[in-house]
Amino acid sequence: MTSSKIFSIITFLYGLALVLYIISWVFKKSFPGKLAVAATIAGATGNLAGVILRWIESYQMGIGHAPLSNLYESLIFFAMTIAIVHLFIAFKYKQRIIGVVSSPIPFLAMAYASLPKVNDSIQPLIPALQSNWLIAHVMACFIGYSAFAIAFGISIIFLLKSPDDEQQTGIMARIPDFDTLDDLTHQMVMFGFLFLSIGIITGAVWANQAWGRYWGWDPKETWSLITWLIYATMLHARLMRGWQGKRIAVLSCIGFFAVIFTYFGVNLLPGLHSYQ
Amino acid sequence: MTKLSNSDGFTNTLWKFFTSVKLSVFILLSLAMTSIIGTLIPQNENPMLYLKKYGEFRFSLFKSLDLFDMYHSWWFRFLLCMLTVNIIVCSINRLTATWKIIFPKTPKFNINRFRKMKNRQEWTSTSTPETLKTAYETYLKKRFKTFLVEPAENGYRLFAEKGRWTRLGVYVVHLSIIFLIIGGLVGSIFGFDGYVNIPEHESISSIFLQNSKLKKELGFEIRCNDFNISFYDSDMRNRNRMPKEYRSDLSIIKNNKEVIKKEIIVNDPLRYAGINIFQSSYGQTKASGLKYEKQAKMGQSIDMPGNTGTLKIEDFKSHFPYRGITLDNVYICVFTPKEGEPEHILIPENSRFDAMRNGDFIISIENLGNHLKITFTETGLKYYTGLQVTKDPGVPIVYTGFIFLIIGCYITFFMFHKKICVELTTAGGKTNVMVSGISEKNRPGMLSVTRRVANQLKHLK
Ligand code: HEM
Repeated sequence: MTSSKIFSIITFLYGLALVLYIISWVFKKSFPGKLAVAATIAGATGNLAGVILRWIESYQMGIGHAPLSNLYESLIFFAMTIAIVHLFIAFKYKQRIIGVVSSPIPFLAMAYASLPKVNDSIQPLIPALQSNWLIAHVMACFIGYSAFAIAFGISIIFLLKSPDDEQQTGIMARIPDFDTLDDLTHQMVMFGFLFLSIGIITGAVWANQAWGRYWGWDPKETWSLITWLIYATMLHARLMRGWQGKRIAVLSCIGFFAVIFTYFGVNLLPGLHSYQ
Repeated sequence: MTKLSNSDGFTNTLWKFFTSVKLSVFILLSLAMTSIIGTLIPQNENPMLYLKKYGEFRFSLFKSLDLFDMYHSWWFRFLLCMLTVNIIVCSINRLTATWKIIFPKTPKFNINRFRKMKNRQEWTSTSTPETLKTAYETYLKKRFKTFLVEPAENGYRLFAEKGRWTRLGVYVVHLSIIFLIIGGLVGSIFGFDGYVNIPEHESISSIFLQNSKLKKELGFEIRCNDFNISFYDSDMRNRNRMPKEYRSDLSIIKNNKEVIKKEIIVNDPLRYAGINIFQSSYGQTKASGLKYEKQAKMGQSIDMPGNTGTLKIEDFKSHFPYRGITLDNVYICVFTPKEGEPEHILIPENSRFDAMRNGDFIISIENLGNHLKITFTETGLKYYTGLQVTKDPGVPIVYTGFIFLIIGCYITFFMFHKKICVELTTAGGKTNVMVSGISEKNRPGMLSVTRRVANQLKHLK
């Protein structure tokens, strides 16, 4: 079996999980929800296996490197980390229903990666990218992005839900209460902030080894700093000024737009990092 | 009380201004917003390009606002300064007040607060308060740093806590930011960032600065002994081959003595006297025509310049038949390339011979009586290595900041101060047990801690 075959199977699994989560939510049944978790576990496991297999394939081609070097590979890694962080919430906080907002992301990432315009061939690495710091850098950044993506999903439901829904029995009432959503957002942002910090730092160490400077204000670096500053603002607003609820949800959305811009938008600007 | 003088009033107002978190939120957001500009306008380009792109008016407007090098502009630096002062003032302000709370001489617990907590767990036990007290004491002492018992009406109150020090985590984070800013400042004042291209076999003693393009003397020489490049695709005719690795063999020469010799590749620089030399690019250039002179005796082997191989002069013949003609006064030599088989070459006296390694050198030999003088003159195309030469004494400070930042964030986000209270009271031959927990920051986290403690205590008799 090749890695690309595995990736098409897991795209299906993530899609299945999404459908099952929605069924579980709309029809208020817990069995499809359990199946959805099982599908996500299978998807994430397969995803990990696919990543490892692709790693091995690159060695067989004689250009061995970690599969984190282009857009295709980063999307696949992103899908995996989101699925894992999502499972973490499902088990640690017992909030399966969050799957309704977090499971579309791995599915969409995998579906986007399989579009013909995304180059899925294993390419050799230019010398500057041959560094273990780069692997740590990309991994930490994507774990951080995943947590921010889920915080974004939770914030969206927070903003869609109206206070009246708490009293009623419609489908919106099955969403966790405001306090839980607010707290989950905060937990995810703290988690993401730690990993984004580690990501920026390992990136700086790598840049210092490759070019002799740890910070060069190139657009991607700067955008990751902007993202970091937005989330730092959000943490201060919450911890020191007691901001909660709607305002935090809005800041979490703004933060995630910065994440998306750091990931994709920067390719519109010139710089070292752009994944072509 | 003494009356505050005017200047004291001003200092106070200023101090108050800098202790506000509103200010930090404002500065953090301003930094985020203004940083966007520098990603939309390419930085440090040629002024002519800017003029063409933006036109006269916008060009002079942007220039007066330093937007073409905005991360080094006075106003961006001013924001960074405000940030530093803000963090320092805030931290001093808070730390002096909270130090006593963080490290009290005798820990205090307020039972009424515990009784009001929503997370409290209650049950009744058939054991006496004394039995429970002994069992719980062992349990709590093992798991918490501080432990305290006090008698209460009809029973006991046990208090335990740990993790007071984690409240310092946020100061570690803020300290790390100060380290980063100071480290950056030290780097920009005492460091430099330059580049230089050195053709193979040549040396340089000065570099060009990245920003100003000015020349800077290094105080030593860098010699490129050799440069090698390998490609992913070994097909020589493919012009778009991707380089796999390029490496330069460099020597540092100080006072005409080689002090270090090292092969560098991308990601593996040479460091000397606080200066880092990085492999950054390469290219080809026309040879300089540089001459290398060496001396040899008949039958002796000498090294060719740039480590390309050895040359041995075996014999001298006044007449030597060669391919149907007779050559006069030729040296018969053996050239042994670094990799490959030795080959015979003929070098006519006082003439030029051009046969080495795709014509890299012209070799001529002259007889000076007691020895032979051999001159190697470079020709043709040759590689140059592109080096980035930097010095940044701020790096250790910045790296310290990095470590503090990670540790501080971890402590602030994922560890917290936990206070637990267990109240035991007899009522009608049974013991009522209440377990309740307080944490200033992490209420949901405290709920699960309190639940866990309560569940484990329930099993103790
Ligand atoms: C970058 C990561 C940062 C994190 C995780 C962080 C975290 C925190 C936390 C948790 C607090 C609450 C302290 C308390 O409750 O006693 C706080 C307070 C504060 N932070 Fe930050 N901070 C960060 C960066 C910054 C920066 C860059 C500034 C720049 C101005 C800043 C300025 C402040 C100020 C002024 C306060 C109020 C301080 C006080 O009253 O002690 N922080 N920060």
